[in-house]
Amino acid sequence: MTASRLATGGSAIDRSRPVRFSFDGATVDGFAGDTIASALLANDVAVVGRSFKYHRPRGIWGAGVEEPNALIDIDGASPNTRATTEPAREGLVAKSVNATPNALADRNAFLDRFSRFIPAAFYYKTFMWPDWHMFEPRIRAMAGLGEVDRSWVSSGPADQVNHHCDVLVVGAGPAGLAAAKLAAGAGLSVTLVDDQREPGGSLGYRDGEIDGKPAATWIEETLAALAAGGHLILPSTTAFGIYDHNLVGLNQRHFDGRRDTLWRVRPGKIVLATGAIERPLPFANNDLPGILSADAALSYLRRHAVLAGRRIVVATNNDSAYEVAAAVIEAGADVTVVDIRRDGMPAAPAKMKLVKGRTLASAIGRLRVEAVTLDDGSRLDADCVLVSGGWTPTIHLFGQAKGKLAWSEARAAFLPGDPVDGIAVAGAAAGAVSLSEVFTSAEKAVAAPGAQVPAAPRSTGPEATGGISAAWPKPGSKGRVWIDYQNDVTVKDVELAARENFVSVEHLKRYTTLGMATDQGKTSNLPGLALMAGITGRTVPEIGTTTYRPPFTPVPLASFAGGRVGQSMAPVRRLPLESAHRESGAVFQEYGGWLRPAHYGGRDADADRTIQDEARRARQSVALFDGSTLGKIEVIGPKAAEFVDFLYYNTMSTLKPGRCRYGFMLSENGVVFDDGVLVRLDEHRFVVSCSSSHVAAVHARLEEWRQDRFGCGAVYIHNATSQMATLTVSGPNARKLLETVGLGLSLADADLPHMAIGHGGYGGNEIRIARVSFTGDRSYEISIRADRAEPLWAHLREAGKAFDAVLIGLEALMILRAEKGFIVIGKDTDGTTLPHDLGSEGPRAKRQTEYVGRRSLFTEQASRGDRLQLVGLTVPQGEAPLPTGAHGIKRSDGRLRSQGFVTSSYESPTLGRPIALGLMECGAARHGETIEMQHLGKLRTATIAAPCAYDPAGERLNA
Amino acid sequence: MTRRYSALSLFKEGLAGQTGWKQAWRSPEPKASYDAIVIGGGGHGLATAYYLARNHGIARVAVLEKGWIGGGNTGRNTTVVRSNYYYPESVEIYGLAHRLYEGLSKDLNYNVMLSQRGMVNLCHSTAEMEIGARTVNAMQINGIDAELFSPEDVRRVAPIYNFSPDARFPVFGGIWQGRAGTARHDAVAWGYARAASRLGVDIIQNCEISDFIVEGGRCRGVQTTRGTIRAERIGMAVAGHSSVLADKAGFRLPINSYALQACVSEPVKPILDTVVLSPGTGVYVSQSDKGEIVIGGGLDRIPSYAQRGNLPTLETVISGLLEMFPIFGQLKLMRQWAGIVDVVPDSSPIIGESPLPNLFLNCGWGTGGFKAIPAGGTLLANLLATGKHNDISRPFDLDRFASGRLIDEAAGSGIAH
Amino acid sequence: MQLFPCPFCGPRDETEFHYGGDAGNTRPDGGDVPIDRWANYLYLRSNPKGTAREIWVHMNCGEFFVMERDTLTHKILSSAELGGEHA
Repeated sequence: MTASRLATGGSAIDRSRPVRFSFDGATVDGFAGDTIASALLANDVAVVGRSFKYHRPRGIWGAGVEEPNALIDIDGASPNTRATTEPAREGLVAKSVNATPNALADRNAFLDRFSRFIPAAFYYKTFMWPDWHMFEPRIRAMAGLGEVDRSWVSSGPADQVNHHCDVLVVGAGPAGLAAAKLAAGAGLSVTLVDDQREPGGSLGYRDGEIDGKPAATWIEETLAALAAGGHLILPSTTAFGIYDHNLVGLNQRHFDGRRDTLWRVRPGKIVLATGAIERPLPFANNDLPGILSADAALSYLRRHAVLAGRRIVVATNNDSAYEVAAAVIEAGADVTVVDIRRDGMPAAPAKMKLVKGRTLASAIGRLRVEAVTLDDGSRLDADCVLVSGGWTPTIHLFGQAKGKLAWSEARAAFLPGDPVDGIAVAGAAAGAVSLSEVFTSAEKAVAAPGAQVPAAPRSTGPEATGGISAAWPKPGSKGRVWIDYQNDVTVKDVELAARENFVSVEHLKRYTTLGMATDQGKTSNLPGLALMAGITGRTVPEIGTTTYRPPFTPVPLASFAGGRVGQSMAPVRRLPLESAHRESGAVFQEYGGWLRPAHYGGRDADADRTIQDEARRARQSVALFDGSTLGKIEVIGPKAAEFVDFLYYNTMSTLKPGRCRYGFMLSENGVVFDDGVLVRLDEHRFVVSCSSSHVAAVHARLEEWRQDRFGCGAVYIHNATSQMATLTVSGPNARKLLETVGLGLSLADADLPHMAIGHGGYGGNEIRIARVSFTGDRSYEISIRADRAEPLWAHLREAGKAFDAVLIGLEALMILRAEKGFIVIGKDTDGTTLPHDLGSEGPRAKRQTEYVGRRSLFTEQASRGDRLQLVGLTVPQGEAPLPTGAHGIKRSDGRLRSQGFVTSSYESPTLGRPIALGLMECGAARHGETIEMQHLGKLRTATIAAPCAYDPAGERLNA
Repeated sequence: MTRRYSALSLFKEGLAGQTGWKQAWRSPEPKASYDAIVIGGGGHGLATAYYLARNHGIARVAVLEKGWIGGGNTGRNTTVVRSNYYYPESVEIYGLAHRLYEGLSKDLNYNVMLSQRGMVNLCHSTAEMEIGARTVNAMQINGIDAELFSPEDVRRVAPIYNFSPDARFPVFGGIWQGRAGTARHDAVAWGYARAASRLGVDIIQNCEISDFIVEGGRCRGVQTTRGTIRAERIGMAVAGHSSVLADKAGFRLPINSYALQACVSEPVKPILDTVVLSPGTGVYVSQSDKGEIVIGGGLDRIPSYAQRGNLPTLETVISGLLEMFPIFGQLKLMRQWAGIVDVVPDSSPIIGESPLPNLFLNCGWGTGGFKAIPAGGTLLANLLATGKHNDISRPFDLDRFASGRLIDEAAGSGIAH
Repeated sequence: MQLFPCPFCGPRDETEFHYGGDAGNTRPDGGDVPIDRWANYLYLRSNPKGTAREIWVHMNCGEFFVMERDTLTHKILSSAELGGEHA
């Protein structure tokens, strides 16, 4: 054993609650409060995973979100979980990633021996002959880390919370706690978030005394005071992104089976107290298991009572490692500190061996570190190497918010530069080292003009010092010196990139994949660009950093999706009479966002027969149809007539009150946007009946023109679509049926002719009846308050029995209207169809007043002779209907060319033959011509005809 | 020095510590004048320079890039390559690009990893299947390898899709293009840069245009942060920023700039072979060779030049993704970003001479510029070399907006109104 | 998530708004408008990088208004009722 659990101590673990789980099939014992990483370390599991490319054995490096190596798949959870942030749970089954069969004996480990032939970006230089497709499947199989569990089932949607506060403090280390305390003291509402389960940050395991109290006491008291003051404290919560206008995204974990929660926080101010991340040092084989961040080792020691080794080499270039050395000595380890510096170091603790002015040249060992050599060639045996290469302030969020960075030579790091509106940075993230500096920076972060901020906490214990001598990776390094552990990027790879002119930091990143792994380069980015600076003779700030992009750490996709799952993602609109239709056996389908009866009865194989039956019976006697989705937008006001004239292609102001007129609305590019019937209720009041799926868009268009062109005092628009149900009675017996119902008005044709409206009443409710027909038969559209429609619908059905009335769904209606050549916008037209393509030439030729889209009807393209025009299509006797979507084809110069296509096609039960509508080149002039049609490679013929196949004289409207 | 890329040269260099490789492209100081200047060092600009040199023998060419090459939309897209278009004009241009992509790795001696694992555009209703049939028939007539897929076919190529009966967007079938797929986006930029540089093209990075030199009503060169550079003809391929340069040149374009976001999950072992697009959710997704799930969706709805992702659109896109592939609910988002795209009223590119004579445009590709890089380069190179359109580029001239001869793919599929 | 100031409803999430185009893009009326003038109105856009003056509609209240904002930094500069502006 080398790494081990100490008999006592461990502020985070509860020894009375042992947990047992498995890793790569082996049993691991730990305690409640352990992370998987701390438990693995306590059990001396050195190799926890394999690297992405070379399958190098890798051990735990860190103790937090920066972990590049220790990724695991957990049964029933997310692949690529960081062992350093995942709590150990009883019975959990964990597996190393990218290793077969396991991390210790990975069968792809041989790849490392070929690494010289597969350096950074090697794949761009080979696999071209005979073809990439020959190689790709094997490369794909090798790539990726964890595995997606194909049997995984969601435990439910993730919660999403919108939250407001005066101050959002990110990070609950000393700076964050102090900032939260000060902001709360100034009377501001505070939300404090930390990505660890236990707030406290480095204070949780580093030495410190505040206001005369031990750090642990101060943390506890500060948190208690914040909680008592009603402030929100969110542990296990990562601020992963700062978005536009300083919206902060948080991801909160729960550890109780619930999915994570996404928080969208809109704070008055953001204080980033996000700390700093320890960097590795460059030496050959610095990726061997057993080589850890010194800070992580201290955290494991103090929080989990895990001593990372017995015979430890601490390699450092800065002061922070001395506290670690003292602590592991006290825990019983034999310690040698190798410091790059010759002088200026802190006092060495007792029993510590110190080698000054030296660095590690290489680590030795196969599956774990056994010894190190120094740059003077000497060798030190070790079962563990603790490394501190200095500190990289965690300024990702500041960078995301477009904050500029400033290089600090003294700290050997980028610090936040010019302030960003609404964002302050405090503590180690701002370059503070000692607790005194930390608290001063917290005070500054919270300060605001006029704010009564209480006195900052005082550091009363020994103070950390920040002495450092930069130790960046150097060109020409011997052996393989790792920079990005997970993606296997070495010093040689960066040199190769420079050699090949990938010297821009963004090119470096993309070419070598440095910093593109799941850790997003938290430990590797700065060393990588410092090396590039060294190679190219530039300074680090001249090289600059890559763009900081969210998320700071990977965030579950489910958090972003939230409750937008299944039907809640895009809810369908429902009819007021839906339950009545269900009782009638309706089969529902979605049409343009509405759930509507497709037909009544006759599921699956019987559907076609049912639809045919409905369509045939509708022509024989009378049909009842729910047309409630039809748009009903009222246009009211002194300029209403002028307004509808402008909005419609057809002149509407000549319409008499009580009458209706069919017309097109165009877009400004001339294309037919919608069609429908306009009703004039009185001089200054119209109802726009638009297509069901276009109601919102038509309404928006009317509003736009109203506000833009007509002014708000002259026209008023009211969308009454959902307030009114519209019940349609159509067929030769429609009037007879309605006369038995009693609607309080005369239905005589003299009083209510085709294209007129009448007003009546039913059950004490006003009704409006429009004689408008989409079937070609005598039709009455009865509009009534949606919530009072059910009794009328029931009455119509009851009364209909005497007339053999039939309920028809949308499918039968589609046949009926197609028999008449009536179009459906968006189905029988496309985004190029102009009104004259549909046979409506009059207004284009004659109208002198302005209307939407007018000028576009006279472009070169609009005037072409070969435009696609609406036609009917017939097929030779006995043949099946044309497939919708089939094209008419032409052959010229040996090439095939489309001359149009079928837009609607049905078997007509009334005509006893197939009918179809389509758009064909010069179609209006080609009636009678037989053309070749192609569908999915098969050819047949069709004959162009007039669109209207049934009752072309329109006699049935009054039959 | 090793110039040629091959398995053998890689092996030899492996023995030599990979120390013999030459620069992928040279970074010379800009000269005072060139035969042609291409503004924009993205895929289209670099391809233009390459084809100028290779197809037209014009190698005194400078590519001027304000940042680093491939740093715009070339390096920010979801890498889909396809040519399943509706109108013959589109088929000509995207078909040309697709064919050139198929030979590109060998042509450039740079593995751009064109991976033709197919793409399916799903249909979620009977009405969408009818439009799907119309579209497939049009493509087949125009010579594109399109097929109409049944639900079983879709299940075969994307078995992990949500086929549950209560799915919000059930599968009625789909439009399949087998030759579609993905390519490695950075490699396309770098491959063109390397090949162009070897033919003599100067690639000038960190060189921003401050103004155009106009003499006698014609464009004669540019003022840049690296000095004045003159040329006989100037082309621009600066997707996302076309209007900004147009403004400097004194004209406006039918373009709005919008952010298009993309994101990737953490890398996982192979789970999805093909590209899948759902019109219901607006989401398209593939899995990269590295294992990341690459996710794209609709545009952010606010005109913008900020190259950053935004939460509302991301949430919509991810919820759509999980509706399509519920098992991706176990994955985590690793990285999100955004590119700025030129959005044109008919969503087709603009290629041709600008209102400022001698300045030629290659812009307006919207969200689909990556797949068109070889064609965009070929056509702009032809314009710069000859001053004239060829049959493929002619329909895409700026004059189509006045003539009304728009090429609106969405209009053809009946969804744009 | 940007916050846009609706002149009628105050600051609201960007998702409640819809972009309406350049402010001041006046519609030329008439069947004989020169085609270039018409095409300019229909299609040409200023699309500035930086300060933009645009028409927006707040979909919740239905009101169109003018907003000035920076298209690069997303900073909002002003918003006002239409007052004779044309969408």
